[in-house]
Amino acid sequence: MSKYYVTQDVEQCIGCKACEVHCKTKNNSGEGAFFCKIMQVGPEMKNNLPVLDFVYMACFHCENPWCVDACPTGAMQRRDKDGIVFVDQTNCVGCKACMDACPWGVPQWDVETGKVDKCDLCMDRIDEGLEPACVSKCTTGCLSFGTPEQASDQKRQDFAERILSQKA
Amino acid sequence: MKESVYSICGMCAVRCPIRVEVEDGKVTWVEGNSNDSGMGTAICAKAAASIPFQYDDQRPQRPMIRDGARGSGKWKQVSWDEAYDYITDKLKTIIAEHGPKSIMLTDRGGPFADLRKAFMKAIGTPNYINHDCTCGRNANHACKSTYGMGRTGFAYDLKNANHIVLFGRNITESFKVKEVKGFLKGVKNGAHVTYVDPRVTNTAGKATRYWQNKPGTDYALLLGITNYIVANKLYDEKFVKKWCLGLAELKKFLKPYTPEWAAEETGITSDEIKAFCHEVDADRPKVIFHIGWLYSRYKDTFYASRMLNILNALMGNTEQTGGLIYPKTPKHADSSGLKSLSADIPDVKEPRCDSCDSDWDWYDNGAGMLQLAYDAIDTGKPYPVKAYFVHRHNPLIALPDPEEQKRILDKLDLLVSVDVNYSETSWYADIILPESTFLERDTILRTDKGPKPGFSMRRKCVEPFYDSKPGWQIYVDLAERLGKGEYMPYKSIEDIWKYQLQDTDVKIEDFSATGMVKLCDSPIGTSDDNIKFGTKSGKIEFVNKTWEDKGIESFKPYESPEAPPEGSYRLLFGRKGYQTHGQSTNNPVLSQLLGSNKLLIHTDEAKKLGISDGDTVTVSNGSKVGSIEAQVTDFIHPEAVFMLHGFGTDVPAQERAFGKGLADNAFMKGKLKDWDKAGGGLALNETFVTVKPAA
Repeated sequence: MSKYYVTQDVEQCIGCKACEVHCKTKNNSGEGAFFCKIMQVGPEMKNNLPVLDFVYMACFHCENPWCVDACPTGAMQRRDKDGIVFVDQTNCVGCKACMDACPWGVPQWDVETGKVDKCDLCMDRIDEGLEPACVSKCTTGCLSFGTPEQASDQKRQDFAERILSQKA
Repeated sequence: MKESVYSICGMCAVRCPIRVEVEDGKVTWVEGNSNDSGMGTAICAKAAASIPFQYDDQRPQRPMIRDGARGSGKWKQVSWDEAYDYITDKLKTIIAEHGPKSIMLTDRGGPFADLRKAFMKAIGTPNYINHDCTCGRNANHACKSTYGMGRTGFAYDLKNANHIVLFGRNITESFKVKEVKGFLKGVKNGAHVTYVDPRVTNTAGKATRYWQNKPGTDYALLLGITNYIVANKLYDEKFVKKWCLGLAELKKFLKPYTPEWAAEETGITSDEIKAFCHEVDADRPKVIFHIGWLYSRYKDTFYASRMLNILNALMGNTEQTGGLIYPKTPKHADSSGLKSLSADIPDVKEPRCDSCDSDWDWYDNGAGMLQLAYDAIDTGKPYPVKAYFVHRHNPLIALPDPEEQKRILDKLDLLVSVDVNYSETSWYADIILPESTFLERDTILRTDKGPKPGFSMRRKCVEPFYDSKPGWQIYVDLAERLGKGEYMPYKSIEDIWKYQLQDTDVKIEDFSATGMVKLCDSPIGTSDDNIKFGTKSGKIEFVNKTWEDKGIESFKPYESPEAPPEGSYRLLFGRKGYQTHGQSTNNPVLSQLLGSNKLLIHTDEAKKLGISDGDTVTVSNGSKVGSIEAQVTDFIHPEAVFMLHGFGTDVPAQERAFGKGLADNAFMKGKLKDWDKAGGGLALNETFVTVKPAA
């Protein structure tokens, strides 16, 4: 796991796909390639109400990434300082081994370059102290960027506040 | 070299405040203007897709004059001088024969329309009209006939509401960034959300109560609700006594419309209706009945919206936290407003071609009514209309029955399109004037109403990529060439801004820091002292005598919607959050998210017709026939089928979108004349289509 963590408050997501377009226009991913994607589940009826959710899927930046292990050229790498998994385009030969290896369909095929590319958490922005495009401009603010520790604290805080509001 | 420019988005009619980054003359980043706390840096998919749109070659690049029959797609590229000569020569002939009143213009309204209105006034025609007959007219007029003010006379305090009631207002997909953020805050704070729609949308997924009513029965459901609320005194008696007129008449009218009656009509049980009424009673005054946005749906939609307005009054939610709040204007901050560009131009004495100042004078004639202007073009009455400017408006996809519209448009001597897109209408025009995109143009200043009223500025971020001009320049140039330059004597956008700001203490440079100027430091709060209504009586008029004198009854007895003929379905339409009607379907990036539309049909009906999910089906209504992929679902009322609006373009220059899916309006045969006469909105959900498996 990279030292960063993108979390999504599914209840606040409206499936507007702004994250997908913020990513595409920032990273110029090829036609049909989406470094992050909103996956719709439902609708289905539960207790007389239609339930449908939108789940944000990008890269988990795994601690021991299947894609990095599978890559024969070293193009797919893990950044030492923070664990971001990214593709060095100069070394990618388009063999698609990473696409086979990743359990979540993260590496994306770029039809224009004939190579693979993927979410690098907008590491150029991170290096400037900014958030990834998808999080920074999310329409509803349902995406958050931070560390696992921050996310955990936030969850505890939200839970505690719900107890207070129930009291009131 | 990286620069940051504060501006205003133009990818849809919401026009959010934005910050744009420009590197070496190219736009690289568009985000929300975080100086507006309701925005933060948030922005939607459409705004981000302005970057690929900016550099797309599938948009008009220089002026083009038709070089074949209308709609033939044969064009001759010309210089701006040639384009202006072509237009002014034709206009001079038309004016000599029929007078300037034979010129009309339509656009999509909004805060920048003042410029086009000034142009029309300058050349001496009363015929400025906006798009609203296909949008909020019914809701606007319903609000006028009860509160005496237009629908934007109130802002909804969604984030503090206890209960948000949405009749087909798909607030999370047909969304405004600040509004949807407010709505979601309300949801997070535990607000009840009641959502009524024959189709399950993303908004239904956020609701605490979802009602799938029979299509066309909103008014019936509202009658049943209001009946029960009034009969059982589940309303704010103090507020109603003080501020409302006509409660006794309302009660009498509602008598037959019990929840049990409404249940029969709508398919929503009387127990559910009653439970809802008790819930809003407990939740008021923090209850918001949204009166509708694109509420041009059925022939009784004006009356449905009127009942929604009455329900708001019954909740006593006026100027209450969590209710309907007056958006504060510069006046509330003790400041003058922007000076209208029309202010110093002599009034036009001629009557309007759409008769919104005579035969239809209960309508708000500031917006006019395009379907009535079409009648004028068609019949020459009340007088001939021979020239039509269409400003970034696309009636051939927005209004019903494009074939009928084209028959009428063929009676014009001149059809001018000013657009950033190859729209269906610009493709049918005699001449296309490419307007610079919102990233390439400065625009007149706008007024921002709200707790901190002020003004904001759209700035040119980059030089035009093609040979285009900003709208202000086009209309100033045309006025000059028509000999009316004295009324639009502007040499630069700064001249226009200075004119607009002349009565205020604000200077152009005050906008550079954040793109906006606020006229007060702290928000202006709510106060009962602000409560004021624009009706003759100064009260909320359940019974409006002024309108009744014109033949518009205050309460319309209910008539059941026409049942779909055997084998037919009511055609519904809507949109997605990453789509702006027909304007974005050819966008290089948005088209990758949504390449085509599909026909949603209920599982049981599909089974009867032998249709499986993903099959190609034939949709028809009379002579209009088309093919589309079926999406079989349990989540639409069996009487209806649905398609997203804005697809099925027949414009070959839109290469990505050409021939993909179907255009709903093309199936609305005869519906240009079949609309809600009380409210003026077109009845866009009153069409039936047959569906069968493709041969």
